[in-house]
Amino acid sequence: MIGRIGSIYRAAAAAALLFTSLLPAASAGPRIDPAGDQRAFQAYFERAFPGVALDDFANGPYAVNKEMRKQWEEIMQFPPYDFALDDGKRLFEAPFKNGKSYADCFPDRGIGIRQSYPYFDLRSGEVVTLDLAINRCREQNGEKPLPYEVGDMAAIDAYMASTSRGKPFDIRIPDDPRALAAYENGKKFFYERRGQLNFSCASCHVQAAGRRMRGDILAPALGMLASFPIYRSDWGSMGTVDRRFVSCNEQVRSLPLKPEDEAYRDLEYFLSYMSNGVAIAGPGTRP
Amino acid sequence: MSRAVSSVSGEVSAGRRLVLHALGLGGMAALAVAAGLVPPARAAEEAPAWPKNAFAQKDQAHALDALYGKTLEASDKVSLDVPEIAENGAVVPVSVTTSLPNVTSISVLIPENPYTLAASYRLPEGTEPSVSCRLKMAKTSDVVVVVESAGKLYGAKKQVKVTLGGCGG
Amino acid sequence: MPSTIRVRAVAHGESTEVQSLIQHPMDSGFVKDKEGKLIPPHYIEVVSFECNGKTVFTAFWGPAVSKDPYLKFSFKGGRKGDELKISWTDNEGKSDSIAAKIL
Repeated sequence: MIGRIGSIYRAAAAAALLFTSLLPAASAGPRIDPAGDQRAFQAYFERAFPGVALDDFANGPYAVNKEMRKQWEEIMQFPPYDFALDDGKRLFEAPFKNGKSYADCFPDRGIGIRQSYPYFDLRSGEVVTLDLAINRCREQNGEKPLPYEVGDMAAIDAYMASTSRGKPFDIRIPDDPRALAAYENGKKFFYERRGQLNFSCASCHVQAAGRRMRGDILAPALGMLASFPIYRSDWGSMGTVDRRFVSCNEQVRSLPLKPEDEAYRDLEYFLSYMSNGVAIAGPGTRP
Repeated sequence: MSRAVSSVSGEVSAGRRLVLHALGLGGMAALAVAAGLVPPARAAEEAPAWPKNAFAQKDQAHALDALYGKTLEASDKVSLDVPEIAENGAVVPVSVTTSLPNVTSISVLIPENPYTLAASYRLPEGTEPSVSCRLKMAKTSDVVVVVESAGKLYGAKKQVKVTLGGCGG
Repeated sequence: MPSTIRVRAVAHGESTEVQSLIQHPMDSGFVKDKEGKLIPPHYIEVVSFECNGKTVFTAFWGPAVSKDPYLKFSFKGGRKGDELKISWTDNEGKSDSIAAKIL
């Protein structure tokens, strides 16, 4: 038995070696084409879910499953994120010890800007998410950074998203090799299989989008981040994009990265860019 | 049904000060509540007390007996709106409405939960016989609603499937 | 401290529709914390709604009501501008209340 498995492994390894050695010859080197990727990505979901309007993809499983949508509409009559939204407004408006506030750190004083995050910062050469920008703002003003994923960070996110509702995702990828590399890195993370279950992000949220995984309906990847942060009934609380990435990684039994790890930021950059045109709908609710 | 509410300590907690503040204009009843003398449910005239015994029952017959001391008959005039499959057992939207007259209470029971009675609502005259809430379900179960109309109990039930989430279960 | 109670009461002709959301853990007593210890039951037992000095709705809840509980009902007799008082008490004797104007 062991010998047989061993030989299968050897055969697989040989095949992989053959494949990789053939690959560079078959294509003339990788071409990074975000705009082309985006067209193909959006077209895939339009074909998979005919009749679902682009903006509706922000509503994840509720866009593609009627029964779920009905429960969601009932929950949205008085959404459970209301408390976080109010906390977020209060936190956002509260001045720092030096008298400045979040509004001083952001364009348009932080109102109606969610759709432009993450962006690629040409000075530092990295992807800056809204949450990272929030903490950098705090540090510039002599405040301690907030923990990512939950609590105050999610509340501030919720408020900032709420002021941006209806504004389509507008992620730019500047013509800069570093920005293209970040995009490509995020794309790679999205399609790469990982963990004991050997799933990629795409296994669930592209290939099996709209289908049931036990009790859950898998959300389509298109528009997925437009309703963040979210109140998940499963969490019983709010969570940011980081919290979702960490928990997704854990669910496929892979070791999650730290929140705001460069790979997560690149992933958020890729996913948000794929959703350009989908209107911000956050904060949202999910099962 | 009219068993005493669990005892309330005489201490004036922060919560009670809030009550005092908010009901400051509400007269003596409110003051009595605020001072911790009377539980707020009793402050309103003739308000029935929390049915402790009914909430402790582990099957439908005992819960109904403790709550109403009566039995139930099925009625197509009671309509219950629940999902076929709960998106999450922690938050199952339940809506009840009825065309029966003189409805004084509506209760929701979940026989497969550790305690059968989930919620019981008292409807004074003038309140419409309809209520929506969100309940927890430990596993797949019937949701049983009971409407008390002109002193009699009428019921309806529907099954709600509860599955573990694929993402987080 | 912000109130634990959110309420929306809207008069439609004779009838006033009330929706409320209360911030409360509603711990059932069956869930374990990260250390594997049972979280003791902590839930709202009674919520009462009063309008113009009259009780219009009373909710009796047990541990099976969801976290941050939601409620919707309608009553007759309320008018735009009338005050609706909502108060809750839980099994630990904690309580909160709020008064809201009917819209």
